[in-house]
Amino acid sequence: MKALRSIGLVLFLFSFGLFLGLFFVSDYTLTKEIFETKVKTEHQESLRPTVESLFGKKYSTTFSFANAIARVIDQVNKKFRQEQQWDKVIYDDYTAILTKASTSGIITENTALLFFLVFGVGVIGALLFILPKVSLELPGIKNNGIFHHALNNRGWIGVLIGTLLIVFYIMIYFYDAYIMNWIILVEPLKHWIYPQSESSQWFLYGFLYTFAVLVMGVRMLIKYRHSKYHIVRTISVMFFQLAFAFLIPEILVRLNQPYFDFKNMWPLDYDFFDAWHINMLTSAGGLGIFMFAWGITLFVVGVPVFVYFFGKRWYCSWVCGCGALAETAGDPFRQLSDKSLKAWKVERWLVHGVLVFAVIMTAGVLHNFITGTSTVFGLDTYTYLRRPYGFMIGAVFSGVVGTGFYPLMGNRVWCRFGCPLAAYLGFVQRFKSKFRITTNGGQCISCGNCSTYCEMGIDVRWYAQRGQNIIRSSCVGCGVCSSVCPRGVLNLESKDENGRFGQPVLLGNNHVSMPEIKSVN
Amino acid sequence: MREIVIIGNGIAGITAARHIRKRSENKITVISSETKHFFSRTALMYVYMGHMRYENIKPYEDWFWKKNRIDLVNDHVKDISTTERVLQLESGKTIAYDILIIATGSKSNKFGWPGQDLKGVQGLYSFQDLEKMETNTENVQRAVIVGGGLIGIEMVEMLLSRKIEVTLLIRENSFWNNILPDQESRMLSKHIREHHVDLRTKTELEEILSDDNGNVKAVVTKGGAQIDCQFVGLAVGVSPNVDVLKNSGIETRRGVLVNEYLETNIPDVYAIGDCVERTYELPGRKSIEQVWYTGRMMGEVVAQTICTTKTKYEPGPWFNSAKFFDIEFQAYGNVGNELQLDEEEFYWEHDGGKKAIHFVWNKNSKIILGINVFGIRLRHEKFDRWLREQKSIHFVLQNLESANFDPELFKRHEKEIVEDFEKSMFGIKSTVA
Ligand SMILES: Cc1cc2nc3c(=O)[nH]c(=O)nc-3n(C[C@H](O)[C@H](O)[C@H](O)COP(=O)(O)OP(=O)(O)OC[C@H]3O[C@@H](n4cnc5c(N)ncnc54)[C@H](O)[C@@H]3O)c2cc1C
Ligand code: SF4
Ligand code: SF4
Repeated sequence: MKALRSIGLVLFLFSFGLFLGLFFVSDYTLTKEIFETKVKTEHQESLRPTVESLFGKKYSTTFSFANAIARVIDQVNKKFRQEQQWDKVIYDDYTAILTKASTSGIITENTALLFFLVFGVGVIGALLFILPKVSLELPGIKNNGIFHHALNNRGWIGVLIGTLLIVFYIMIYFYDAYIMNWIILVEPLKHWIYPQSESSQWFLYGFLYTFAVLVMGVRMLIKYRHSKYHIVRTISVMFFQLAFAFLIPEILVRLNQPYFDFKNMWPLDYDFFDAWHINMLTSAGGLGIFMFAWGITLFVVGVPVFVYFFGKRWYCSWVCGCGALAETAGDPFRQLSDKSLKAWKVERWLVHGVLVFAVIMTAGVLHNFITGTSTVFGLDTYTYLRRPYGFMIGAVFSGVVGTGFYPLMGNRVWCRFGCPLAAYLGFVQRFKSKFRITTNGGQCISCGNCSTYCEMGIDVRWYAQRGQNIIRSSCVGCGVCSSVCPRGVLNLESKDENGRFGQPVLLGNNHVSMPEIKSVN
Repeated sequence: MREIVIIGNGIAGITAARHIRKRSENKITVISSETKHFFSRTALMYVYMGHMRYENIKPYEDWFWKKNRIDLVNDHVKDISTTERVLQLESGKTIAYDILIIATGSKSNKFGWPGQDLKGVQGLYSFQDLEKMETNTENVQRAVIVGGGLIGIEMVEMLLSRKIEVTLLIRENSFWNNILPDQESRMLSKHIREHHVDLRTKTELEEILSDDNGNVKAVVTKGGAQIDCQFVGLAVGVSPNVDVLKNSGIETRRGVLVNEYLETNIPDVYAIGDCVERTYELPGRKSIEQVWYTGRMMGEVVAQTICTTKTKYEPGPWFNSAKFFDIEFQAYGNVGNELQLDEEEFYWEHDGGKKAIHFVWNKNSKIILGINVFGIRLRHEKFDRWLREQKSIHFVLQNLESANFDPELFKRHEKEIVEDFEKSMFGIKSTVA
């Protein structure tokens, strides 16, 4: 069994190494034919004089090639801008388009084989590593060695993975041409789903994301196999990621319908009210209109009703895509969240700040849509609201920081400090919900397992050791505090609202009154 | 404003300090030579096992003490003069007090075995013991733990987490059988062996053998067996730590003697927690209670006595909890290891051997006396009430479902338990539907 695990690890490292290696393998040569087929005719004329010098020139790295193309386009655009020929400025992402078409080498010749070697072998390796745990360890909480391990405790493996993730996210969002080999690598799958379509950095991202959720979901199922609560919620997030986030939108596109993730909602889905998006949905016939109405119903009715009955967990740790990654791939890092009171203060400012920003941005965008203008109070909405939001919150916060920092700051950095939907769900959870975590009489021994493993950085022990219900807007109801508690003190419950905020009860001596408790903040 | 000085920053001393602060503006000083800040002793094992770091087992952040004006002194009290009301510290300093609270905890027992002071032989109580265990178990392949109590089994678990093979020597027929009835004790023994522990029952330590460098190399049992090992854990119980009281005039027997108000024989000197020995009886409780909860309750009581109203230490029904590898344990009321003549019992065990529940009640009155439960979580609050209100076993079974505290979606066993109860009690006509 141990040997199997070692083989699995070797296979997985092989496929991961191969994946990283593929970044470097191709040659890039732009030809006249490529130029003429990929560049729009109206742009060909203005680009040709400068681009021509690149024809036939062979580049061996994606950086040098993509930079060369980008430079040429910049030059041309600069000229147009100087001459104030605004209508001629080129906004198409030719860098990525031409890089893709100009790539040649092992990746284009053996795409399917490489796909199998990376992802097929990767899955086999990962499963061989994960599954034997069933016979090696009895079911139960096994957090042995977590704080001694270089992966889980910000050691060199953690730092390395964090760095890779951060670089990867930066490239996905801002330099997609650089990762063209990987985009091409997943093309066979894209074609299998929809033959006429092309892979993009977003398809690559969606695929890797789903891959991570599924593989690490299996790990999660095994690690917490003694708890039906974790089994059910893990299967739930795996399902929603695979079906709702990944497959259904792709199939919809194949059926000529709008790309739509039925479980995503505003304000997490911050472009929902963008004019192009509303137009896309409302012009797509009955299904499009339904999607639009569905999206609104989800956050207007779905959130308050479901949070009232179940707490925000119904979304954050059962349905949401960010939650799905955090609860599967992120599980090894949950203990790295900051539990200090200071962190909680920062959290409240940040997360509510982002919510306010999202509301203002959306109001501006909607105002423009309704009035048919492009400014609010004389300021250009796109420049001053929509683009900064997309860049700072959408890309940098939720992506680069939110996931890249898993191995450094825990798996819920985005959910805790940045997600505007979490802030909204949290409001409802805090003020109008049946959900709370109850504590068991006087049984707490203040050991700290609950606080340590709370991914949201809630100091659960603070409440448990004084017998107080835990009612915190940030609690995503993952249930791990309850699982790791060695004394059976914590229980996630949805019951009568009355008594939810009751005085702390710590069972103990007769006739000892609890003096007025000072609040923590 | 009075100067209140507390010796010991464990759960007892710290609870007293916190509650005194909540209720008054007195000056509070807490002295300890163990660590600067309060930590959870019950969580020491998790630090060794890598579940947590030391900073995770501190229940309050370091700024807490200053903010609440609780002065921490990291020093050892050498001597107490109750006539002058002054403490002599190791560093040479002295501290005067108006009110003194002794919360010095326990220390590990040693029974004079040959070799008990060799390198690689130790108990586990203090933070220093934890550090020692860290160095003592480097490069160890095989260890022997002596004593099958709660600390013993924790040490076993700790060592296994480092892939060290462990032999556990216990005097009884099965694990913790001096406390637990045979049924659950057997179930736990099985579980312990499932974790590849070499559990040797009815085995006592004779001596510990040394190699040429003064390191432990083996233990010899009373039966004459020699077990090679490089580490020996002594976990044969703890005793109140009353060393500092020797010349103080404060009365001690095994522990510091106190009355129901936790007062010692000297005015304005109180004692709380592990170090205490009660001079009066409390039903269902021993005169020395070395558990976390007692320290906490006594801390609360003494704070109320000092600040507002004189209050008796009158804990509610006994409760306790522990975890043996993967099996959680809770106890409410008293289930002895042997059934008394006027008692009746019912034991249910799940087929998997990981869940069990044991009820004991009075034969004549049918009043519930206690319950041991394994692998199922029950509500403390319910059992506390039912025990206080002297509910019958039938009432308890009827309402068992309402006392379940397991997470949502977990399999429930109440129906099965009640059915089995009825089957086994054909003599008694149960009213349980
Ligand atoms: C490994 C382990 C696991 C345990 N697990 C559990 C459990 O799961 N559940 C449970 O209920 N109980 C458990 N216990 C028992 C529980 O920890 C104790 O009952 C409790 O900590 C006692 O608290 P206390 O405040 O009375 O004393 P302590 O916590 O021992 O604190 C006394 C402090 O006083 C200091 N001190 C003593 N003398 C002096 C002096 N002269 N000068 C300065 N400082 C001094 C000591 O160094 C110590 O820091 C466990 C104990 C151990 C060792
Ligand atoms: S408090 Fe518990 S359930 Fe809530 S997020 Fe933290 S660990 Fe999860
Ligand atoms: S609630 Fe449980 S895990 Fe948290 S401190 Fe208390 S005993 Fe430990």
